[in-house]
Amino acid sequence: MSAAGADRKAPQLRSLMPWLVLAFLVWLVGYPLLVVAAEAFGIGSPGGGGPTTEAFRSFFTRADEWNAMWRTLWISVLSTLAAAAIGVPLGFLFERNEIPGRRLLGALVALPVALPPLVGVIAFLFLYGESGLAARGLQSLGLDVSWRLTGAWAILLVHAYSMYVYFYLFTRAGLSGQDGAAIEAAQSLGASRSQILFRVTLPRLRPALAGATLLTFMTSLGSFSAPYIFGGGFRVMTTQIVASKLNGELRMAYVETTMLALLAFASLLLLRKIDPGLDLASGARGTPPARRRLHSRGTRVAAAAGGWVLAGVLLLPHATLILMSLVPPNTWTVEAFPPVLGLVNYGDLLSSAERLRPALNSIWMAAAATLAAVVVGVMAARLSLRRGGLPGRALEAMMTLPWAIPGTVFALALAAAMSVNAPWVGRFVLVGTLWILPLAYLVRSLPLTGRSIFAGLRQLDPRLEEAAASLGAGSLRTVLQIVLPLLRPAVIAGAGLAFITMMGDFVTSIVLYTYDTRPISIEIQSSLRIQETGIAAAYGVLLMVLSAAAFIAWDDRAGGRL
Amino acid sequence: MIASGVSVRFDDVFKAFDDTVVLAGVSLTVEPGEIFALLGPSGSGKTTMLRLLAGFEQLDRGRLLIADEAVEHLPPARRGVGMLFQSYALFPHLSAAENVAFGLKVRGGGQGEAEARVAEMLDLVRLSGFEERRIAELSGGQQQRVALARALAPRPRVLLLDEPLSNLDPALREETRADLRRTVKQTGITTVLVTHEQEEAFELGERIGLLNEGGLEQVGGPAELYRDPASRFVATFVGRCSVLAGVVKERHGGDELTVRLASQPGAPAWRCRGSGELAVNDRVDVCVRPESVSLETAEGPGLSGEIEAERFTGSNSFYTVRLAAGPTVEVAMPGAAAGLRGACVVRQLGGELPSAFAAAPESGP
Repeated sequence: MSAAGADRKAPQLRSLMPWLVLAFLVWLVGYPLLVVAAEAFGIGSPGGGGPTTEAFRSFFTRADEWNAMWRTLWISVLSTLAAAAIGVPLGFLFERNEIPGRRLLGALVALPVALPPLVGVIAFLFLYGESGLAARGLQSLGLDVSWRLTGAWAILLVHAYSMYVYFYLFTRAGLSGQDGAAIEAAQSLGASRSQILFRVTLPRLRPALAGATLLTFMTSLGSFSAPYIFGGGFRVMTTQIVASKLNGELRMAYVETTMLALLAFASLLLLRKIDPGLDLASGARGTPPARRRLHSRGTRVAAAAGGWVLAGVLLLPHATLILMSLVPPNTWTVEAFPPVLGLVNYGDLLSSAERLRPALNSIWMAAAATLAAVVVGVMAARLSLRRGGLPGRALEAMMTLPWAIPGTVFALALAAAMSVNAPWVGRFVLVGTLWILPLAYLVRSLPLTGRSIFAGLRQLDPRLEEAAASLGAGSLRTVLQIVLPLLRPAVIAGAGLAFITMMGDFVTSIVLYTYDTRPISIEIQSSLRIQETGIAAAYGVLLMVLSAAAFIAWDDRAGGRL
Repeated sequence: MIASGVSVRFDDVFKAFDDTVVLAGVSLTVEPGEIFALLGPSGSGKTTMLRLLAGFEQLDRGRLLIADEAVEHLPPARRGVGMLFQSYALFPHLSAAENVAFGLKVRGGGQGEAEARVAEMLDLVRLSGFEERRIAELSGGQQQRVALARALAPRPRVLLLDEPLSNLDPALREETRADLRRTVKQTGITTVLVTHEQEEAFELGERIGLLNEGGLEQVGGPAELYRDPASRFVATFVGRCSVLAGVVKERHGGDELTVRLASQPGAPAWRCRGSGELAVNDRVDVCVRPESVSLETAEGPGLSGEIEAERFTGSNSFYTVRLAAGPTVEVAMPGAAAGLRGACVVRQLGGELPSAFAAAPESGP
């Protein structure tokens, strides 16, 4: 047979493929973390000098370093508690009660999650800052109020506002998956309402609450925008790392990075323990209990009014951002409310090439990273799920890893690994070039596309791929004509989320951007610095609209549960 | 359109998953143009044989030959094997015609040629006019036929059918079975079918291989398997039978024996068939088909017992008789003889002799 040689070669390449993709992921995801840890010990750094623990010693002896670590921890704990305190009751309210306008209100309540962190933070600044809309409003009423939105409380406020949505969504999903018959069974056995809540409903909600706790805690551990804008002298680990780097204390920045990475790993391992690991859908799948009707007219009106007030409060930051984007430069001085509104800022943004540049940068870098993350995600998912084995498990772990690691850590790790030209150990000078930000975005996109593509492929009957193969289709054709079309919803959901997250990225960009590649978030920050609030707000609105669109699309894909 | 079929050979094929041996050295030759059914309980290794042949699994040892050419190192795409999957595995995002055309497009070739072939295939499975239908818009039976057309379209050398009827309503199954046999026979393609249902294997398969625990128990035509089972497993898996313990009293010419049934003192001796290895005084298990015995409620010679249950099917009444010594035997009587009860005697009928096998070590006398 003429093709016999090719036939023998093909299986070799086939069995090598998982290892090749794994090697790429290890180089991209795991290796920079090792480099940064090594350099913290003075190993492999360009400056020379032997291994030393000097930087670690000073980390453990300097109070400001310890404080940053401690603050990161308690801010994260308090943020999680606050988010749970708001999100869980709201979840019960909207899932278990039939209140007027439930569907629309229920969706509005989830909106804060659609705000990129930096945009949420500046919206808060415009609304509740010392010269924000709220302060001016109160002062115009003759009240002599003044406050400063800084420090721990400001950070907590922003965290609680943006992260309760995790608890809210998880609670609702968990409740809607519960079988109403279990509650009826408890009732028929004579249980009271509170007994049912504590002994039937809440225990079964535990996986959902564990998931929300993990997500909230890890997000808050890596939170950068809020501490950066509002923290002032109150430093947490992420802002401490960036400050050390800007001050030129590189080795200290690497030590801090290593410590934050360890803290993240430890938290992840610990928080996994609270998850009972039960599938929410386990057991017989019944219908959720009927929603409680509010019988008296008075309660209904009160519930509706309360709901709308709540929605109003939650939407105020969004509205403020839009309002601020409509205020032309230098037209608002002492008035309570901006006297002139117009589209000048948007015109500015669109007419000047220099102004448009950050938007274009963000778009191409986020698009390139997303595309690459989809390609890597599909390859990794197929190799992992269809071949299995050790490389299969390692591939999935590598795809998920960046989720657990704060963005600041990855930014520093890439900055450390890719600032040295040593191709023989896999290090190239990419810092300062066009490629470093898209590469960093790629790392951070991997868990977002990966999660969704892995889940999609798990649901796809492997026989479809076998059918294509037995009909003569090669691997590439099978992927392009069978797998991708069928995975389209999963790919769109994952890619949408990745694209939007990277469009709004601030935390990695601030470490790795160059003037030529400055993205939207950096432009927002510098506009704020030179008091161009209108332009900053207009960029913010742009990101907000894009994010909301992606969120709505994502929610639809997620099954339209809400 | 009858193609000249090719042979398929499994040569000492060995396959294990982790530590579980699934095929322990199986050898089998499927003749050109034959419809061969692999029958066996779940976990017997029949689906693994099919998947090895298709190239979805790699064998650990042995050889696989299609048309006398080793294929075990070829990827699925290059084996020239068409497969009808149990779940059909139709591409849900493509229309019926696009599904059938998939394997043709992969191969290249002219557009017109492919279209003609798709039309020919849909005509073969009587689905002309359904070209543009989405898969979800087709009934289960129609989906099965599209899957068959898709598997046949690229003119494979061998057709594999994995439990082809198990996803259909029982009512539809009988009709589809005859249909499937007709279609496959019409193409003349060598076909290997996997099923766990004896009826399906008997009606579709020209020859049957009965698999048990990773090995072939017997290969032969349906009648051969039924009348002359090679082992107690074959006898009990193919058709209904009751197992009675006994002792060989006498050997006759050929494979005929006289066996004294151990069910009670002074029990009758029955004529049986058994392998030449059985000697006088060997303990045996006799597999009794319900139609090879009859019962009478009167006293008389035979195995005496008590009617325990009756299953009336219309044309027949099946009686479960508890014999005095403990075991039960099932007896088929004409439907007219329904409603019998009480004490009875069971007697051997002429015709097919029951098969006797060396007693399994654990079964007592």
